[in-house]
Formats: sequence, C-alpha cells, structure tokens
Amino acid sequence: MSGRLEVMKTFKLYINGAFPRTESGRSYEITSNKGEFLANACLASRKDLRDAVVAARAAQPGWAKATAFNRGQIMYRIAEMLEGRSDQFAQEISLQTGASAKESLKEVSDSVDLLVWYAGWSDKLPSLAGSTNPVSGPFYNFTVPEALGVVGAIAPIDKPLLGFVAAIAPILVSGNTAVALASSTAPLSAISFAEVVATSDLPNGVLNILSGQQSELAPWFASHMDIDGLDISGLQVDQHGAIKEAGVENLKRISTFTKLSEPGRILAFMEAKTIWHPIGN
Amino acid sequence: MNFEYAAAPESRSVVKIDPVYGHFINGKWVSGSAHFNTINPATEEVLSSIALGSAADVDTAVKAARNAFDKSWSKLSGRERGKYLFRIARIMQERAREFAVLETLDNGKPIRESRDVDVPLSAAHFFYHAGWADKLEYAGVDTTTAPHGVVGQIIPWNFPLLMLAWKVAPALATGNTVVLKPAETTSLTALLFAQVCQQAGLPDGVVNIVTGDGSTGSAIVNHPGIDKIAFTGSTEVGKLIARAVAPTNKSLTLELGGKGANIVFGDAAIDETVEGIVNGIFFNQGHVCCAGSRLILQESVADEVLEKLKRRMDKIRVGDPLDKNTDLGAINSAEQLAKIRELTAAGEAEGAGRWSANCALPTNGFWFAPTIFTGVTQAHRIAREEIFGPVLSVLTFRTPAEAIEKANNTPFGLSAGIWSEKGSNILWATQQLRAGVIWANTFNKFDPASPFGGYKESGWGREGGRHGLSAYLKGSAK
Amino acid sequence: MSFYGLVDGSDTSLRNYLKQLPGVDQVGAEARAAMLATRSIKTTSKAWAIDTAISMVDLTTLEGADTPGKVQALCSKAFRPDPTDLTVPRVGAVCVYNDMVGIARQHLDSIGAHELPVAAVSTAFPSGRASMAVKLQDTEDAIVAGAAEIDMVIDRGAFLSGRLIEVFEEIVAIREVCGDRAHLKVILETGELVTLDNVRKASYLAMLAGADFIKTSTGKVAPAATAPVVLVMLEAVRDFYDLTKVRIGVKPAGGIRTTKDAIKQLVLVNETAGPEWLNPSLFRIGASALLNDLLMQRMKISDGYYASPNYVTID
Repeated sequence: MSGRLEVMKTFKLYINGAFPRTESGRSYEITSNKGEFLANACLASRKDLRDAVVAARAAQPGWAKATAFNRGQIMYRIAEMLEGRSDQFAQEISLQTGASAKESLKEVSDSVDLLVWYAGWSDKLPSLAGSTNPVSGPFYNFTVPEALGVVGAIAPIDKPLLGFVAAIAPILVSGNTAVALASSTAPLSAISFAEVVATSDLPNGVLNILSGQQSELAPWFASHMDIDGLDISGLQVDQHGAIKEAGVENLKRISTFTKLSEPGRILAFMEAKTIWHPIGN
Repeated sequence: MNFEYAAAPESRSVVKIDPVYGHFINGKWVSGSAHFNTINPATEEVLSSIALGSAADVDTAVKAARNAFDKSWSKLSGRERGKYLFRIARIMQERAREFAVLETLDNGKPIRESRDVDVPLSAAHFFYHAGWADKLEYAGVDTTTAPHGVVGQIIPWNFPLLMLAWKVAPALATGNTVVLKPAETTSLTALLFAQVCQQAGLPDGVVNIVTGDGSTGSAIVNHPGIDKIAFTGSTEVGKLIARAVAPTNKSLTLELGGKGANIVFGDAAIDETVEGIVNGIFFNQGHVCCAGSRLILQESVADEVLEKLKRRMDKIRVGDPLDKNTDLGAINSAEQLAKIRELTAAGEAEGAGRWSANCALPTNGFWFAPTIFTGVTQAHRIAREEIFGPVLSVLTFRTPAEAIEKANNTPFGLSAGIWSEKGSNILWATQQLRAGVIWANTFNKFDPASPFGGYKESGWGREGGRHGLSAYLKGSAK
Repeated sequence: MSFYGLVDGSDTSLRNYLKQLPGVDQVGAEARAAMLATRSIKTTSKAWAIDTAISMVDLTTLEGADTPGKVQALCSKAFRPDPTDLTVPRVGAVCVYNDMVGIARQHLDSIGAHELPVAAVSTAFPSGRASMAVKLQDTEDAIVAGAAEIDMVIDRGAFLSGRLIEVFEEIVAIREVCGDRAHLKVILETGELVTLDNVRKASYLAMLAGADFIKTSTGKVAPAATAPVVLVMLEAVRDFYDLTKVRIGVKPAGGIRTTKDAIKQLVLVNETAGPEWLNPSLFRIGASALLNDLLMQRMKISDGYYASPNYVTID
C-alpha cells in the first residue's frame, strides 16, 4: 500500500455498444457478502430495457446473417479477452461473494472454457439439429435451425460471472441478440463483462447488459412484445408461473435450464424452418 | 359442346354410424351423461349424437391413462411399442375407404381429398412414428429417452383424423399415454380410430378418447394428472391454454393460426403457379392454418396472373363432398360460415375489390364460393386476420425486398410460398422469410418426416420429423 | 407471311419470343395432370365421351409391311367401326404413309365415305432426316394423291442443337406447299424433346410457323402422349388463342390404348383449353387399338355387361 487513492470504477449499463447510465438516474448499493460498500450500480428502468430491446432488434438481422464461422470467432475472442482479464474478474468475484481467490479464479476459467465451448457450436449445431427429410415425393425437403430474434436473460443471483456467461453465450452463438439482466446482488461481473465484449468485435447491440432488480424488471421483460424468447433460469421458481403467463401475449419462448453446458440451451432459442422444393427439369 | 360430368357419388354404405356414441376410456366404451348432435355440414343432416365429456369423464380418462402408463405402457420396450403402432397403421390402410367416407360426411371436405390426402397421410404418420419407438436415443441433439407420462391432446375440426395422427403417433412412439379430445363438430373418425386401437390389441388406457366441447378441453388442460398438453387450434384459444398452463409444470406445444404469404415473382412458371395459388387457398375449403391466404404478386405480372387465376377458379367444382369430382366442399359449420361472411363483408367495406367464381351453391348446408379480394393492403383486416375459408387476399410488390417485408409483416409465422424459376432467388427468399414451413414452387405439401410448425404467434414447437418427436420426450433439447 | 404479328421471321425475333415464354415446373405439371386423371366420368357423360373420342380417332396404320389390303380394311373400319351398330360415329380420319394415300382415298370414296379425310405422314416420317427437297416432294405427292391432312415431323436435331430458325423455316415451307389444299399437323416428337420447357417452346414455334394442329408424337418413340405433355400443349393453344384469336388443334398420338386413357385426354382438354376444343376439328387422337376398346366400352354401356374382343372386328 503506497497510500495512493484508487480511482473507483463507475458501473454503468451496456446498451448498443455504449456505456450509458440508467435514464432513470437511479442507483443502488452493491456490497460485499460482508456488507462493505463496493459500488453504486445503475438501477435500470423499464425504459432502459426498452432502449436495449430497440438496440438488440436493430442488431439482430446483421448478427444472424454473419457466417457461423464469424460468430464463432467473435465469441472465441470474447473468451480471449476474458482470459486476459482473469485477475480483474477473479478479484471482483471475491469481493462480491467472499469466495477465495482460488475459487474465484476457477469461476473465471470455467467461464472462459464455457465461452470457448459454446463458440465451437456455432458451425456445428445446424448439422445436428437440421436435417434433410425423406418425404414421399419428388421434393427436396430440408429443415434448418434459425435464430429466434431478440432474447432476454435473467441471470442467476449466485455465480455472478459463470451464471451470466452460461445465460448469454448460448443465446448469442446462433445469431440471436440479447438483453441480459445481471444478478441483482452481484452485478459487477456482468457489467465488467461489457468491457470484454466491447473489445471483442461483437457488433453494437448484439449484447446489452442491464443491472437492476429482478422484481422490477422481469415482468417488463415478460410483457415486452418485441422480445421473442426469455431465459428465466435466474428467476426464483415461485415467480416462474406469473412470468410465463405474462409472456403468452406474443407467445414468447420461455425456458429455464439447470445445466450450464448443453446444446439444448442454444436450441431453446432457435426455430426450425422446413423448406420444400420440387425436383425436376 | 359441353362436357358435363355426371354425378359420381362415393357410396355411404361402406361406413356404419351408430346413433349414439360414448367415450372410449380404458379400452372400453363408456356412456356419456349429456349429448349433442353432430351434423353433415353439406346437408345439415344429423349424423349421430356425441357425448359431452364432463370433468368427471376427463378424470376417469386421465386415471386410466396414468394406470396404463405405470402398469403396461412404460414397461414395454420401444420395439414392442413400435409394433403396436405398425399394426395401427396397417389397419388404417385396410379400412381406408371407411375412414375417407366418414371424414367427408362429418367434416364436409371432398371425398377426393379425404381419400387421397387425409387418410393416406394419417396412416403414414403412424407408420413413420412406429419406426422411431426403439430409436429414441437418436431423436435429439442431447435428448433424454423418457416420456412425459400422460399427455392431453386437443385437436381441431379441419383435418380431424390427420390431426389425431399427428398427436397420437409421436406420443405413443415415445412411450406416453394419451387423453385426446376431438373437435366438437368432427368426432366420428376419432371414434372409429378407437375401434382400430381395439383391433390392434392396444393395451387398455393407452389411448383414451373423450368427446366434448370447450369445457371438456378446459378440463383436460387444467387436470393436474396431465404432464403435457398438445393443442392445435386458434391463436386465441392457444393463448388461453398457455396462460392456464404457465403456473404449472406442464409441458406445452401449440400449433395455431396463420396468414401465409404466397409470393409470386415475375419469372415464375405461370401455369403451375396458378395451380399452386388455387391449391394454397382452396384446398380443404381454405380451412387450413398454413393456407396461402395472402397472394403477394409482383406488380409487373399481376394482371396476367389474376386473369389466369380467375379463369382457373371458374373451373372449381363446388358441391356434394361425396361426389368424386367435387373440388370444393362444404364449410364445416354455421359458425365458421358466419365468420367468413363477416370478414369478407369487412373486406368489401374497407374498399377491396371482391370477385367470386361463378358457381351454383346448394341450398342446404354451409357453402361459400371461392373468392378473391384485389387491391388489398397490409392495413386491411382481410390482410391481417385469419379468415379460415376459401377467400384470398391479393397484394402486390415491386421489389424482392418489399415482398419479404410484406410477407413477414404479421404476428403469425406458420407458412409461406415462393414462386420463381430462379434458384438463387428461391434460396434467398427462404432465408428471409420468417415462417416455419416454406413451400418453394409448390404448396400444401405434408409428410410425416417433415417438421411442421410456426414462428411467432403461430405456435410453439414442431410436429413431424425428428424435431416433432423430441417434444414428447421429457426435458429434451430440440 | 405475318406470323400473327408476333415474330418477323428472323432468327433473333424467334429466339427472343421463345425465350420470354414462362417456364414449366415439371413436378407441378405432373401433379395437375394427375389430379385431372382422378375425374370420375360415368353414365351419360361417359357415353358422350366415348362417342366423342371415337369421332376424334385418327385411325392409323404405319407399318413397313402395309399393303393395299391392310389399308382398305382400315378404311372400312374407320367409316363403319361396328358393322352391327350403325349409331357408332365414324372416326376423325385415317392416317397412312404417303404412298398409301391414293389407295385409302379411292377405297373411302368407293364405300361412300367422301367426308372422311385421309391424313398422310410426310417429310421423311418418322425421323425427318432427309433433304428439304425430299420433304417438300413427300408432301406434294401426298396431297396430289388425295391427302386432306399432312402430319409432318419437325427436325428434332436442329431444335436440340439450338438451330430454331431452321425448324421454323421448314414448317413455313411445308405450310406453303399445303396451301389451302390440306391442313397441317406438326409433330413435335415430345419424347425426344424430353423437357416440358422444350414442349412449350416447340409448340409455340410450330404455331407461329403456321401449324393448324400440334401433335405430340410419331408413335415410334416412347414416351409419347403423356398427360403432362398434352397438358402443356393444351395450355399453349389456350394462351395462343388469347394472343391471336386463332384456335390451333392438338393431337396426342401413341400410348393411348384404352377408353380410360382417351377419357383422361378429354378431361384434360375440357379443363385446360376448354370445351370449344372438344370436337374433331380441334382435337384428334392418333391410335389404332384404342378404337376397339372404345367400342367394347360402348357395348358395355348399352348392353349392361362386359364385352369380349370377339364382338369387335380386328379391322
């Protein structure tokens, strides 16, 4: 300790590749698991969510049109950038959760590995999930999985980095864009993740990160007519029913997952498109 | 010299309809307490009296299904389960003519369609799914092989037997047991199917058929002993079901409405395109969720195509569904006819140009002449709302991008058609269209191996193919 | 020659015209033809269809071994298909090789069948592989001998190798020889053209060049008059009428052996080109064995029980 005062980080939102504060001007205290003050996080409002969805929707066609190879490379770069910041993230995790340095570093390396794992699915999943279908007639018939559109994610409260990565990676890899709500109590890892993303060639608007209260924002995620899918794994189970009901108005595809790494997390936010064409001359 | 086709009616004598039916529960016929009539929509003749399933009837059925699941069905190997399904498929083929005539009498669709489309496809669905029963470990990308348990299935009136096949075949193949409610106006082929189950020796309780109306369906949706619901019907009712299921752990798949865009480019093969347009909206009287009900025509060929379309429509033979030469049959019910009339009146009121084929309609029964509306824009009700009848809304476009934009500008996303002789154009359009089923240079083609289902408000999940199968396995990835 | 004002007789004009014709989707055309084949034609409409089909038959013998005796027998049959039933209509025409035309015409006149035309296959039928001089002479000889109808073949080699203007000019030249002495049927030999796109192009080419009828086949090559091919040709004459107000006839030939086959053809005509084409001046069926099957079916309708080949004459 040299007695030098540290410049504290301001934790803002990440929307459309920029770092705005919440339009509501509100914030809330993030403390360590021992109650020490860590930071003021933005208390995002439904208007921030609205803006994030606009950005995500605008970015979606371009992201979906990128080649699978391209998307995989960008996601791999996100892993590279995260790897390079291992210490920063491990420290942040320890501060928020009280986990040991070793445990925190493991969470970071698991997150990096998980990103790499999902990145590798981009150009493979269609080969498994798609099919050519042997119909009874002179037709070429094939099914291709396609990205759903804009997907929301309510990240888990615990495992502030790993839980967040497990939520957003499978959404992005197939060509969806995402609006993610960080863990309410430990949002700093997710917000810092925006720094990783911003240096990874991920186009603006593909991933948008909000910090705030699940109780306030989850219903707005659920009722938003321009959100196509929603991962509510991070939401308390007793909330699931009400959220699923609110999502019915536009038949939102709502899922919850238990395993961190399964291709089902990718497929849950994809659509199957089946195409017929006659064969003749 | 006019070539008049003489009447060529298929005989009714091949089918025997009882005056009263009960429910099929636990392998036996169970009397109903209340009943309602089912009629032939072409003549309004009463065909039979159908039981109105009560909550108690549903409960009995669910218990039977649960018992069958626990005691017999889940104990069988996939191979044995598959053999039951193969038997069912073959018996359906044996009794094909009976099924076809009965379907036409109860639904109003032409015998040519029941005979050549509905019944063969239904049997094919059972045959296809029979072969999956012992191969479930290959069904998904990371799939379990465990069934849900008891599945509640609610099907519509437009393809009664086929929709039953789409539901029951995958459910059974994956090891689930079933409580199925056919549509109110079309229960007869489901009840005949119960006979097939008996002839196939299917263990009691594996398939249970409870007839009834919306209240019966509601009882199924809300029954706590049901693990999964599968519903095909309107988007409106689908959402009601989704809301009811939301607070529960029940799995749900939905196949709902559509307003399919049929896009015709200037370089299309014109004569086959006109056939495709006609098939797209007039097949099955337009009572098709994936109907090509919006014709999106390239403006440069609009006049030519419409001219040919009208001439072709004048050749559509509307009449007795049992006549083998009939192309367009009866509207399924007075209720549906009223809906079609309401929306077509709206179309006229909104200023679209109405043209109907010149055909004589019978006086008894429910009939509607094949109709097109020209000069339709996206802002018209008839461009937005599903009419579910033989009515086509015609819009135009200038550029390919505009065609896609108009096609996708809807909360539905079930089907789309593209007509063009340019391969790269076809493949480009298939990439842009937000629809679960895309027919390029063809339309209304179905196959058990081909996954069917919609984007957006057209539903959740797929039916058919490997993709459809995985919905019937617990916790499965698609 | 005006060619209906649609082409000017030059290669460029012809190419451009044929190129802008819409394509045909094979699977779609086959599906449409298959659907029309499910029409159920019974009782009164079947009886009408049988008599109509009989009146449209071009009763044909085209064998290397044809003799005057064979041809004369054919002509008698053509005029009086059933000697025990004089209500049976006469056929549309007799169709023979051009050196048999005189014999046919003479015999027909001698039995009072003055109205029954003789059609001659010419232009080095069936292959068409001969010099233009030979083809022109072939045609002239047939007309002089009494043929009122000429069934010519197009040069398929020239068509498939893209020398469309040669195909065109040959037809124009033969049309000129026919003048108003004979009507001209142009045989496309669709079995060798193979694709439906080619069938459409060849149909238009023939019509523009002056055909009175377009005909599917020589009967010497399979496949011949399949339903999708006839469908496309009927669409062509229908559309050509829209353009020019002139009705061109269609003649399927080869492979139409049973009454069922013939009735399917009539349904195709009825629901494609339209009822205006349902008469022998616009639709003919080139056949030989078909006639007896039509007669046997006719007997079944009038007698109520199945007939036997013993009750129809072999020629």
